[in-house]
Amino acid sequence: MLDRMKGPVLKTRDELAIMDRANRVVLEILEILRGIIRPGVTTAQLNAVAEEELAKRGAKSPFKGYAPMGLPPYPAVVCASVNDVIVHGIPNRAKLQEGDIIGLDFGAILEGFVGDGAITVTVGKVTPKTQFLVDTTRECLDAAIDECRPGRHLGDIGAAVQEHAESRGFHVIRNFVGHGIGRRMHEEPQVHNYGRRGRGIELREGMVLALEPMLCEVGPKLRHRIERAGRDGNVDDVRTDADRWTARTVDGTMAAHFEHSVAVTGNGPVVLGK
Amino acid sequence: MSKEEAIEVTGTVLETLPNAMFQVELENKHKVLAHISGKMRKHFIRILPGDKVLVELSPYDLTRGRITYRYK
Repeated sequence: MLDRMKGPVLKTRDELAIMDRANRVVLEILEILRGIIRPGVTTAQLNAVAEEELAKRGAKSPFKGYAPMGLPPYPAVVCASVNDVIVHGIPNRAKLQEGDIIGLDFGAILEGFVGDGAITVTVGKVTPKTQFLVDTTRECLDAAIDECRPGRHLGDIGAAVQEHAESRGFHVIRNFVGHGIGRRMHEEPQVHNYGRRGRGIELREGMVLALEPMLCEVGPKLRHRIERAGRDGNVDDVRTDADRWTARTVDGTMAAHFEHSVAVTGNGPVVLGK
Repeated sequence: MSKEEAIEVTGTVLETLPNAMFQVELENKHKVLAHISGKMRKHFIRILPGDKVLVELSPYDLTRGRITYRYK
């Protein structure tokens, strides 16, 4: 649970340097995982590699054992979300198939600070429509990053994501949000991936936000719910498996997810770990 | 991360009701029935009519709330 009335924590230059290192670990390991993804590999194997690489770098996992609000402790160091799984897929022994997409969400704790990032990787050849979803989600993250400047508002980030996603015919997942990040994985504020420009708190130098747009294709059930909700209404767009973690799209359509931890600085957005 | 939503608004206590319930008038002039949070109850934070308080509203029922803070 987020602490109430405890605005975002601003980071000093030194703290940003540590967070940069923590996120470098995250991005390096994500690239290693990307390199070994091919048809036939299991997500459990990816998790094992990630765990080993974390240990090599003297880092810990913020994911493993994470148990918010009565959920069972998360059992792995990486979230592996295949196809219609939006986020929080638990690694298992199922083999990746040609045409799958897999979202990898990964974090590292280094010197007391948390790094958090995610990529979506295509397995072998995927359909053009799926590729378009993945590319658009990546572009949404870039649009969000570009809003991370002092004086902009939280709503600018959400609006940038929503505008780009919806112009391409995709839906922005509402039930999950980005977050402030620092000594803890989830700090204030929550960063919605939808919204209106000028709304929400003003961004200030020293804030670090983990931006994580999640997009999915719109199926019939979801279309109905979106229409019922209207422009600012909340759309219930997630189905959770019995394991209480795995979050799927309501229609079983494909979903993609990218994430970077981004620092708001006087010189514009800085993607940590890059 | 999962979205955690409770709408937080400030309001003024109009009257105290039995069972640690209060009638609170929000900034937007809506009146809600609010109970005091367990943590505040535990620490004997007293709430009197006229106090300015922070109320958490459930998105599911906007006529009821939970007082999470009493401003000094």
